[in-house]
This record gives sequence, structure tokens and C-alpha cells, in this order.
Amino acid sequence: MNDLSWINAALAAARPQAVGALLRYFRDLDRAEEAFQEAALRALKNWPQNGPPRDPAAWLIMVGRNAALDGVRKEARNVALPDEDAISDVEDVETPLAERLDGSHYRDDVLRLLFICCHPDLPATQQIALALRIVSGLTVKQIARAFLVSEAAMEQRITRAKQRVARADVPFEAPGPVERSQRLAAVMAMVYLVFNEGYSAGDSEARAALCDEAIRLSRLLLRLFQTEPEVMGLAALMILQHARADARFDADGEIVLLEDQDRSRWDGELIGEGLALMDKAIRHNRPGPYQIQAAIAATHARAGTPSDTDWAGIDALYAILERMQPSPVITLNRAVATAKIAGPEAALAMIAPLETALSGYFHFYGARGAFLLQLGRTSEARTDFSRAIALANTPAEAAHIRRHLDRHLLDAEAK
Amino acid sequence: MLYAVLCYHDENLVWSWSKEEDGALMDKIGAVRARLTAQGKLGASLRLMPTTAATTLRKNQDPPLVIDGPFAETKEQLLGFYILDVENLDAALEAAREIAKVNPGGAFEIRPIAVFNPDERTK
Repeated sequence: MNDLSWINAALAAARPQAVGALLRYFRDLDRAEEAFQEAALRALKNWPQNGPPRDPAAWLIMVGRNAALDGVRKEARNVALPDEDAISDVEDVETPLAERLDGSHYRDDVLRLLFICCHPDLPATQQIALALRIVSGLTVKQIARAFLVSEAAMEQRITRAKQRVARADVPFEAPGPVERSQRLAAVMAMVYLVFNEGYSAGDSEARAALCDEAIRLSRLLLRLFQTEPEVMGLAALMILQHARADARFDADGEIVLLEDQDRSRWDGELIGEGLALMDKAIRHNRPGPYQIQAAIAATHARAGTPSDTDWAGIDALYAILERMQPSPVITLNRAVATAKIAGPEAALAMIAPLETALSGYFHFYGARGAFLLQLGRTSEARTDFSRAIALANTPAEAAHIRRHLDRHLLDAEAK
Repeated sequence: MLYAVLCYHDENLVWSWSKEEDGALMDKIGAVRARLTAQGKLGASLRLMPTTAATTLRKNQDPPLVIDGPFAETKEQLLGFYILDVENLDAALEAAREIAKVNPGGAFEIRPIAVFNPDERTK
């Protein structure tokens, strides 16, 4: 790896901690970001010459703080901080500084930085864009590409989100245990939104990058909250789903259903990590929605072939999930498992009450059409598939249903 | 003498490499491994999952206590190791330098192996 890519990786890795600490220090998001930016520029100049510092985050915090203070030194009666050349190679200077700056604050700094992106007034898309910009440090251009909007539109969206966040009162005191766990829950939901944004239409590189980013954030959360089984569950869920990324689309960018996927293209290393995290989570005996969903993903991951799938186990897991967080979408998903073990008739009965709630939902008509088709009720199936096409969110979804129509329905009608 | 080369690096950094960057690095290391293996110097090697997948059994009490996470909270983590079969420390350092050339950053700890139990299952 050359200097530049090494430094960029180091900057990305250190960013949440460094920006989080600078935010605590300046209590202003723009100033914190500017300070980090300045420190990153100096790192690009300094690190290739002096070698990488032992603790890049501490270096960036010190230099960022120093640089920002330089600008206001006339008014501020602060003592000059050590020059960055001194910080980078004198370890005995660096270590105590690092400790004093971060120490116990580290966890709350990163959590706060993530938490301000989850402001309840912000719509989901703005939360995601803000987190990718502030926490992950993706460029506006990268984010715009992932959302398929112009750079100017994304710039405006992020600016607006930042203004809203700035108006809100971000609490800078260390949170109490209850508040900390509330923040964690909001942050986990936001990280999963980032993942789903990438996963739902994840055929492009820009979108796949969102999945990588969400997984990176979940590993970060896991290091901060090592004993939280739901954090393990969230990380496992995303890692197990992402393990199938290469098999989810064919060469033409068409969706490949789970049961048609080439399982040799699943990423065994990621599956191993996801299963290891699930093993750890289960030991805590404190199940939660992320763990249950991860357990469902793990059941699929463990099946060598589609026919090996433990559908009864999946049905039981969905039943637990339904009780934990009742939602028509979860019942719809459960119906797919129910159809496998009790037949399409039972599945149709299960989803019948959902039609009003899910009348605008592509997957509802796709699934019901498939159940009807299995029962030979072809004209009803055709109506449902047509509605699904009309409701599809992406061309890939519409094409998928059309293909399904062609392959199965025409066969059935020919008989 | 058998040596373990323990690989330490900031996992935060290592696990933020893209799949392509990681793959390119593994290819380079693979070439060095093949060379050292052909010279009869390199034995088994392995890469560990991130410390977030680790569990620690503290056995200074009875019954031992199970703790989530790695044993030591450090800036750099143990990410994997190589086993070298070479003459002496100089030769071990030389082999470690070859690997370091394609995989800079972090540190290799060279530790002589006191007892080596080979994998009996493959016999």
C-alpha cells in the first residue's frame, strides 16, 4: 500500500473518534469538521516524512485543536500546544496527551457524534446523508452518487440537515446510563438505515459502499459496547446479509432470489464472523429484534442448499419477532416461511388481513401473487404481479417480477 | 528453532480497507509466503477475526469468568501469526522483514516457540 492510500485509510479509521473529541471541545459541528480537515491536511504533509504516529486519532485531535486555536489565539489566552512535528515522533508526549484528551470520553464522544445525526426531526434520508458526511467522511459527491441525486442537491440536503442539528440542543454532558442506552438505540437504528439504503438497491458500487460503511460503524459500536447483545445482533445481521452481496444480482443487474443464488459466491469469511457474533450474543440470553433477524439470516447462511433451509426454525423466529415488534411487513415475511411448511393456503390466510396496511407495498403483491400461482389461481396471480410491477421502487424490482411472470405464469397458462 | 511471528496492527485501520485493497495486499503476502514456504522456512500461518468476535475466559477465579471482547484493550491488536522454522533470531527477523516489506504498518513480535503441538487430525 502506498503512503497516500495508507494515510487515507488511517484518516477514515480515526475520523469518528477525532471529530467526536473536537466536537466536545468546540461544541460546534462546523468548527469541529474544519479543525479535523486542517489536521488531515497536515497529516498528508507530515506523516510521509515523519512516519505515522502511534495513535493517529490522538495526533489528529491535538493538531486539529491546535490549528483551530491558532486562528483565534489573539482573543483566546490559551497556551500554545506542541508543534505537530513534536507530537508525531515523541511518544512520551503523545501518550499522556492522548489519554487526557480521550480516555473515558472516547465512547461518549463517538456516540454523541452518531447521535446528533439521528435527530428525530430529520427524515431518514437526511439522517443517513449526515452520518455518511460527518461520521464516515464520505465526500458529498460520493453520497450524491449513492442516492442518485445531483451533487448540488445533496450539498443542500446536508447543509439543511446540519442547520437543523445546530439549532437543536445537543447535550454535551456525559450521558447517564438510561440516556446512553437510548442514544445507542437511536444510533443502531440509524446505522441499519444506512445499511438498508445500500442493500435495497445494492447493485452499484456506490451503494455497496454504504453497506461496507454501515458494517464498519457497527464494528465501531461493538468495540464501544462490547457486552451489548443487540449491538452484536445488529453487526451480525448486516454482516450475514452483506455476505450474500455478490450473489444477489446477475450479470445484467437483475435480482437473484435467495433460493436461486449461487451459494458458492457467498462470502464464507463474513458468514463465519456473523455466526461467531451470534454465538456471543446468544450467551447473554437477552434476545432483541436485531438478534432475531440475525438468527433468521444465520439460518439461511447455514443452509448449504435451499432445500436444507430450516423453514420451521425461521417461522418460529418470525413468530418471536412479530411479538417483539408487531408489524405487517414482518407478518408478510413470516408468511413466506409458513408457505414452505404449511402450504400456500395457510400463507394466504395469514396475509389476508394485511392488504389495507400494505396496499402500497411492492412485496405484498409479489408474495401474494406467488402464493396464488402455487395454488393454480393464475388470473388472480396475474393481477397481483401487475400491481407489484406498478409499485416497484426500482427498475430491477419491476424486471424481476416481469421475469417471474414470464417464466411461471405463461407456463401455467399453457397447461 | 521455531518462532512465532505475532502480527499487531490497528484493527480499526485494517478492517477499514476495502475488499480490493485487502485482496491486493493478500496477493502480495501470498507471493512472499510461497517463497518462504519453498525455502522451508514458513510453517502454518493464520489471520484472526476482528477482536469484536473475541471472547475472553478469565481463569484467575473458579469458575472462570467469560468476558466479551479481547483480553487486552490496546491501540494495536493481535491480528494473526506466522510460524517460522529457521536457524536463529537473525534468520527469523530476515523472514519477518520480507513479509513486512509488502505489509507495512503495525508491528511483528518475534517469539520463540517453547512447545509446538502439530495438528494431529491431519495424520
